[in-house]
Amino acid sequence: MNLSTLVALLPHLSIAIAILAVTMMLTVKRNHVVAVVLTIVGLLAAAALAPLAAREGPHAVTALLVVDSYSEFFIGLVSLSGVALALLAYDYWKTRTANPEEYYILLLLATLGTTVLVSSTHFASAFLGLEILSVSLYGMIAYRRQEPLGVEAALKYLILAGASSAFLLFGMALIYSQVGSMQFSALSATEEATVSHMVEAGLALMLVGIGFKLALVPFHFWTPDVYQGASAPAAAFIATVSKGAVLAFLIRLFAATGFMSGSIRTVVTLLAITSMFAGNFLALRQHRVKRILAYSSIAHMGYLLVALLAEPPAAERTVAFYLVAYFVSMTAAFGALGAVSSNRKDADFLHDFRGLVWRRPGLAAVISGAVFSLAGIPLTAGFFAKFQILATGINADLRLLVLILVVNSAIGLYYYLRMIVAMYEPEPGPVRNSDPTGTSPNAVARLSLASGVALSALSFILVWLGVYPGPLLSLLQTIAIGAG
Amino acid sequence: MILPWLILSLIIGGSLAWGAGRWRRDAPRWISLATLVLHLAALLALWWHYLGQLESPQGPWLAEFSAAWIPQFGIRFHFGMDGLSLLLIVLANFLGIMAVAASWKEIQSNLGFFHFNLLWILAALVGVFLALDLFLFYVFWELMLVPLYFLIAIWGHENRVYAAIKFFIFTQASSLLMLLAILGLYFVHGTSTGHYTFDYEELLVTAMSPTTAFWLMMGFFAAMAVKLPVVPFHTWLPDAHTEAPTAGSVDLAGLVLKVGAYGLIRFLVPLFPAAAMKIALPAMLLGVFGILYGAVVAFGQTDLKRLVAYTSISHMGFVLLGIFTWNDLALQGTIVVMITHGISTGALFILVGDLQERLGTRQLDHMGGLWSTTPRLGGATMIFAMASLGLPGLGNFVGEFLILVGVYQTHPAIASVAVLGFIVSAAYSLKMVQRVFFGPNHSGWKLPDSTPRESIVLAGMTAVIVWLGLFPQTVLRTSNHAVTSLQVLSARGEEHVTDSGDTLAPARNEDLAVNSPRRPSGGVP
Repeated sequence: MNLSTLVALLPHLSIAIAILAVTMMLTVKRNHVVAVVLTIVGLLAAAALAPLAAREGPHAVTALLVVDSYSEFFIGLVSLSGVALALLAYDYWKTRTANPEEYYILLLLATLGTTVLVSSTHFASAFLGLEILSVSLYGMIAYRRQEPLGVEAALKYLILAGASSAFLLFGMALIYSQVGSMQFSALSATEEATVSHMVEAGLALMLVGIGFKLALVPFHFWTPDVYQGASAPAAAFIATVSKGAVLAFLIRLFAATGFMSGSIRTVVTLLAITSMFAGNFLALRQHRVKRILAYSSIAHMGYLLVALLAEPPAAERTVAFYLVAYFVSMTAAFGALGAVSSNRKDADFLHDFRGLVWRRPGLAAVISGAVFSLAGIPLTAGFFAKFQILATGINADLRLLVLILVVNSAIGLYYYLRMIVAMYEPEPGPVRNSDPTGTSPNAVARLSLASGVALSALSFILVWLGVYPGPLLSLLQTIAIGAG
Repeated sequence: MILPWLILSLIIGGSLAWGAGRWRRDAPRWISLATLVLHLAALLALWWHYLGQLESPQGPWLAEFSAAWIPQFGIRFHFGMDGLSLLLIVLANFLGIMAVAASWKEIQSNLGFFHFNLLWILAALVGVFLALDLFLFYVFWELMLVPLYFLIAIWGHENRVYAAIKFFIFTQASSLLMLLAILGLYFVHGTSTGHYTFDYEELLVTAMSPTTAFWLMMGFFAAMAVKLPVVPFHTWLPDAHTEAPTAGSVDLAGLVLKVGAYGLIRFLVPLFPAAAMKIALPAMLLGVFGILYGAVVAFGQTDLKRLVAYTSISHMGFVLLGIFTWNDLALQGTIVVMITHGISTGALFILVGDLQERLGTRQLDHMGGLWSTTPRLGGATMIFAMASLGLPGLGNFVGEFLILVGVYQTHPAIASVAVLGFIVSAAYSLKMVQRVFFGPNHSGWKLPDSTPRESIVLAGMTAVIVWLGLFPQTVLRTSNHAVTSLQVLSARGEEHVTDSGDTLAPARNEDLAVNSPRRPSGGVP
């Protein structure tokens, strides 16, 4: 390992060091604030070091990983999201559990898994990253062990993730059997790779595994239950970072296979269409906010797949912008949801949000901004991201998909508007005090500094990217999937 | 710099109003009123300043502003004002003041947020009327929806949530189709010229095949048809107008509908002249159908506000008819109708709101004989009902007459059927006045007549509609400037038509005189 390799791995290393630091701290003395601070410092260091690592140009680190501008962008994105999630988790866990510090270790581990995943160019490292991510998630979802819904959600996720990993491995094995190498680059190198049906079958099986992680239809059945049962910060992580990293891996994989030809393209098109429709239609009848957000995340993954079908480099740049907008909106939505919740149970039903804007206008504004961004209303990041997908789609002549996207955006408006309507309903007078769901509508708990900072920053970025996306667009034009 | 400030001042005023609402309960009313009055004063000064330039224009725009925004996509902050924009912005401002004044007592809760939404709707409207970059236009077009949605959903009447959601989804779905068309145009222009831009003046000269042009035009038409509204797509309107609070209805009827007409005039026809000609005749027929359908259905209503809502549909049929005739007279008439309809229907909604505040109901069956207790309100309703039916001497007649003369020049048959619109509108207008104010006072209503505030509002609107009816020349000069610049711009577009060359050729200025009825290739059936 020489110096340049070390520099290239610095972001990964800073997260790993943070994990060790928090673990060591725990053996000495438990302190929630210190744990959060160490987490944030580690993640910020990773984000700050990422451009440094990318500056060298595409750089293979062993046969397993590559460090290029693409991977470093995603490492930066994932780390900064982790910072926001850690801040929001601080406020959430402060009042709900006696031992919150391990959560941050799990968070850091999951983030480390994602950084490995986005940098991988080899099946082994990809699988490794994916598993580190998944196992940490089991712990994060079930963190409140007394909460039966949480444990159920974690078990569901465990079993289904295990099954989908089996599919993933089978696919990898099939490809290996044909191509003789586990590197992504081998997939485009040899003649056998490009024409072999075994390789196509292998890719299809891998798509099953990936489809589970991305919650694409028909692999989505776990999503609403897990989001509902998990704690709000964990649900936020699953919705954003986990999906984003897997998507980045998918793009790199398919870049190696010449970006989708023939049957794989058909499969992805079908996945996109069914995810868009199922996600939007199933959300229409929901009354629980977390389930609405779950189904909407399914729909958003459908929209993203449309961008994926375009030609590179437009495809990955559009996907990257959309992911940034999506991360910010979802994190803000779940974070605010966590802030509205009572200690016993997360705020779930729509009617728990009634009149929120008159009681807690700041939080309502944050949720409104996030919902508008998810719906694609102008002046938000989500609008410009959706606009970009439409532009990319039209340029790539994906007419049917673009039309379906538009129709689904209109359908999606209905449940987004229901959330807004609930929040802006005029106060119904003296609020009923019986609290069957465990939320306390009258709670006027002040937001702690951590959450306040995180939510304000997220909202600011949301509007900033909607009004002035130029800088981010310029940044994205510099990223490219490098040689593996 | 004046153009962005026209928008920014409203945005700042709205934000101030919201903030002030926390400090003092009724401060927002005064702040928004002050903002709008200052804004109107500035606009009138601008109009006065430009009156000299109207006859000898230096280019299509009276004022222009351009700044970079998102260069990676060729998007700029490009604003431009011509006579049409100027007239519509003045209308927006004037109706905004009337709306604020009319809702002075009606809105009692959350005033800051109410006025914030009101001013932001106006800001978005001004943005739509000024935008010359298609992306910017789309942003402002969409931006109008959210505050209007809040206005209806929070302060509206019984069925407000349903009406608000229906309005939002209908409009948004059609707008997304327009976005697809905009993007299509962007890429067609980019691939053929190598220069990717959303700029209106550059996109006017895009070369494209007739099929492409047709489908892109249909995308735009979808959005405009829902907004205008064109009759099969009008179903959101009665609910939205009826359930909105008075200020919302005034804004909706007076202004938001005009945005659809503006889009047709400014974007659809100049960008796709050949394709527009293909649908000119069907569109004119839809216009006539709308005139008659809206009027007949209005006649059958029992809810007073819904009646007035359907009259909007009827008047917008005239507008659609005038636009697709696309000659000087018809376009001038269309612009005048847009303005006068805004004022007369706005006034009618204000009157309905006043009545509803007093009676607690909008049902015609419960009204009757109100003239004896509220003569001033009755008189005002009489005046605006007369305006709505097109009585000469009031503004609406000028516009509708010009449209009919313009249509007659090319399609005498259609004009003859459209004239029936005057008869059916007389039917509903007179029914409205008769049922509400005349006849026996069954329920024994004893109501306070209009307060000084209400009287001033109504007097102001009466003055304007009479001025427009008797002395329309100022408005006509301003709109003539717009029509001239539209001809200039769409002539640029014509040069790049790649099909047989048959276009919706606008009449040149020389042909304007009424004594040359023969017109070249104008929408031949």
